[in-house]
Amino acid sequence: MRLSLLSDLNAERSARRAAVLVTDVASGEQRLVREAEVEGDPLAQELQGALRRGKSGLIDQDGRQFFLTVQAPPVRVVVIGAVHISQALAPMAKGLDLDVTIIDPRTAFATPERFPDVPVLAEWPDAVLPEIGIDRYTAVVALTHDPKIDDPALIAALRSECFYIGALGSRKTHERRVQRLTEAGFGEADFARIHAPIGLDIGAVSPAEIAVSILAEIVASLRKERRRTA
Amino acid sequence: MAVSIGELLLVPENVMLSTDTDILKTAEAWRRQGRGVAIATVVETWGSAPRPVGSHLVIDEETKFLGSVSGGCVEGAVITEALDVIADGKPRMIEFGVADETAWQVGLSCGGRIRVYVERVD
Repeated sequence: MRLSLLSDLNAERSARRAAVLVTDVASGEQRLVREAEVEGDPLAQELQGALRRGKSGLIDQDGRQFFLTVQAPPVRVVVIGAVHISQALAPMAKGLDLDVTIIDPRTAFATPERFPDVPVLAEWPDAVLPEIGIDRYTAVVALTHDPKIDDPALIAALRSECFYIGALGSRKTHERRVQRLTEAGFGEADFARIHAPIGLDIGAVSPAEIAVSILAEIVASLRKERRRTA
Repeated sequence: MAVSIGELLLVPENVMLSTDTDILKTAEAWRRQGRGVAIATVVETWGSAPRPVGSHLVIDEETKFLGSVSGGCVEGAVITEALDVIADGKPRMIEFGVADETAWQVGLSCGGRIRVYVERVD
């Protein structure tokens, strides 16, 4: 592989754009096809299918065998609330290759000292989320317990195609949340997208345990197709 | 303490857990430092293979490596092959599995089979 090609592939990943590296396995000939260039490629149909499935694989075309290295953007977790659970969650998420961004308008919480390894934005979610852009490779996690902060984030998430939405709070808290969202014009199909109470039921107590249950639920959503009991 | 030759040869570059993002970025960084680098990629699997298609292992000329193409079963053999690829620049396709004659040495104990493509970063 040419170094320039590897460098381009890494650049696409950093910019959160999908791309496919096409390798002729017999000759070693290679090219990088960016998401925007797929349509004009001779293997357009195969590339589109591979991108949709998000899976790398071999294909046969006119007696030649190509390997498609499919690179989907890294999965991102946008956490609303620079709280104790988020502090436990950030380093764990890194180990799972998840890009974490923390958002909390309360400047006492949203400090780099509390979150040394991830971006922390001391902003209101509705102000900053459009800038970040919530795509289908994004999970949105609302952890502040404060409707003033959580609700605008949940509304932005529901309007996006993000693959996971989770909100902290008891069933009672969620009932009141559903009421508020109903008044904001959302319906049953929207509420079904929200995981609340958040996290897999592992009886989590400590912030770290709750972080494990949230991350496990995010992975379960991400790998839905592979699960034995969906 | 007794250390086998295999253990001496296979020195992971970074003892931290590596992710897909780190692996290809590391390959680029190593090459920019002027090291000889090869990338091994799982291109096909049959049966219960430990790592999915598309998984990478990057290797430098001093057998430092990052990532995985199996659960540790065939990495040694892939690294050996990668040194030849770094030397002559020719990509190679290698297959591992229970049917392989070297199964006892480097076969997949899980009973799966995998094909691995190894190429040099030029």
